[in-house]
Amino acid sequence: MSGPSGGGRVGGGGPVGGGGPAVLVAGVSKVFNPGRTGQVEAVRGVDLEIERGEFISLIGPSGCGKSTLLRLVANLTDPTSGTVIVNGKTARQARLDQAYGMAFQQSGLFEWRTVTKNIELPLELRGWDRVRRQSRAAEMLKLVKLEDFADHHPWELSGGMQQRVAIARALAFDPPLLLMDEPFGALDEMTREHMQAELNRICEATGTTAVFVTHSIPEAVFLSDRVVVLSPRPGRIVTVVEVELGARNDDTRETPEFFKKITEVREALRGSA
Amino acid sequence: MAGVTQVPAVAERDPHVAAWRRRVRRVVMFVLALAVLAALWEGYKWFGQSVGDRVFGWRLPARSDNGSMPHVWDVVRRFGQPERRGTSHTIGATVAAGAWFTFRVAMAGFVVGVVVGMALAVVMQRFGVAERGLLPYVVLSQTVPLVALAPLVVGWGGNLTVFGIRWQLWMSVAVIAAYLAFFPVAIGGLRGLQAPGSEAVELMDSYAASWGQTLLKLRLPAAVPYLVPALKLAAASSVVGAVVAEISTGTKGGIGRLIIEYSREATSDPAKVYTAMIGAAALGLVVAALVGILDLVMMRHRPQVGS
Ligand SMILES: Nc1ncnc2c1ncn2[C@@H]1O[C@H](COP(=O)(O)OP(=O)(O)OP(=O)(O)O)[C@@H](O)[C@H]1O
Ligand SMILES: [Mg+2]
Repeated sequence: MSGPSGGGRVGGGGPVGGGGPAVLVAGVSKVFNPGRTGQVEAVRGVDLEIERGEFISLIGPSGCGKSTLLRLVANLTDPTSGTVIVNGKTARQARLDQAYGMAFQQSGLFEWRTVTKNIELPLELRGWDRVRRQSRAAEMLKLVKLEDFADHHPWELSGGMQQRVAIARALAFDPPLLLMDEPFGALDEMTREHMQAELNRICEATGTTAVFVTHSIPEAVFLSDRVVVLSPRPGRIVTVVEVELGARNDDTRETPEFFKKITEVREALRGSA
Repeated sequence: MAGVTQVPAVAERDPHVAAWRRRVRRVVMFVLALAVLAALWEGYKWFGQSVGDRVFGWRLPARSDNGSMPHVWDVVRRFGQPERRGTSHTIGATVAAGAWFTFRVAMAGFVVGVVVGMALAVVMQRFGVAERGLLPYVVLSQTVPLVALAPLVVGWGGNLTVFGIRWQLWMSVAVIAAYLAFFPVAIGGLRGLQAPGSEAVELMDSYAASWGQTLLKLRLPAAVPYLVPALKLAAASSVVGAVVAEISTGTKGGIGRLIIEYSREATSDPAKVYTAMIGAAALGLVVAALVGILDLVMMRHRPQVGS
């Protein structure tokens, strides 16, 4: 059960015990509107195995099917062929069991709820009582360093703060798996790097498995144990770049290994185009 | 000392102070508008009387004698006088009682209309098919003229007993008010329920939220900004519907009935019909104010557009 990457922080198991990979994608293809006008083959023949506690990035040209692949894992759309297994269950069962948390490009916070209430949303849906919800929300706010904004509404926060709330919401019920679709896409470079460090710290602290879609090569390299490079549409896996940077901090961004991996991913992307 | 000079600055920026200032300003503007209206009325009268209602040989659009346009003060004074010779209650009391009656009927219609409108919106949102099948009929329903509808509703209700309660005429009036009120709620509610983007809906799906949970936690709160203007329209419609329905069904006790009754006495007692019309306008204002409060309550803690 040791990660194939040997990456820096693949510890023994995730928060959920038991054997087997966190995510298993086998021979998955997705065709939208098959047999109709507007037929699009988004993903073709993807095989991917993600270990528990591993951090995986998906990178590839725009429209290559990254979001689609993530949505297939989340069971927000069904594959045309192939199977997706999450924590040993079918993707559908995993969704019904709320086995993952999700964060999108837009923070997707509900404007009529305070920051705390937003974080409590998934807990309400799971039927947690008020006391338990509040103490967990407070805990999560501390994790993303937003304790002072508990009773603010989303529109009173900056974009980066909203993203942090969204990540806190995704993590609130301790999901063993975190799915993120360009969550930092709308942020400026400095905020972005700060958020990457935060996410790195959070995932390390909680041992969460993460699948992270991004357009940014340095972001993918900084965060991941493995970077999955996809071809233009239909998305196929071109290469999987293993990143062995160990524990990461801001200095990591200036190490030769970091630049070496960036070059490796860039060349894989270029070769695929 | 610095603290002392800072106090007014802080008060200046306090949003509550600003909000109250806005409200006071609105009331002042309203009183001013009434004064301007009264001045225009009296000005027109004065002008009409001094030129004999003719300008360059053209007749003025309305006659300005006291029989057609009583003085503002005569109308105001009329409120405090007995309704007719020999009665003890004042006309003000009668108009207020009529407005109160119509208010209750209109509110009954409003509540029924809102419930029906919301139910329709939820059904149309839930089953996309229903939207296609139902929406045209919802729109069509509003093209039926009220005066044609009123006798029908009275006729249906004529010998009806619901839960052991005999159908009464005011219920027919409330049904007609509801008939007008449900429309904006159904349309606005549907738009509001459909307002959440696919990301928000997918978020709820990712939590394996049921349809009911998604309705309660996402769609209904998201619909509030659409529902507020819809409820304003519905409240206004239910008052108009109640007044018109009172008149066309011959229901006694309401302000609509008073307008008809008093207008028959327009030649002998011209100020009287205006008291009833002012009563109807005041009723409209009261309802508008109530909906304004509803707006404040429902839209607090929402991003203020343009502030
Ligand atoms: N619901 C859908 N119906 C039809 N086609 C779709 C749907 N969702 C995605 N597609 C198509 O599938 C292809 C892949 O889309 P996807 O959103 O997965 O790309 P992406 O890699 O996430 O792109 P980007 O980096 O720009 O976000 C696109 O050509 C898109 O048009
Ligand atoms: Mg995408």
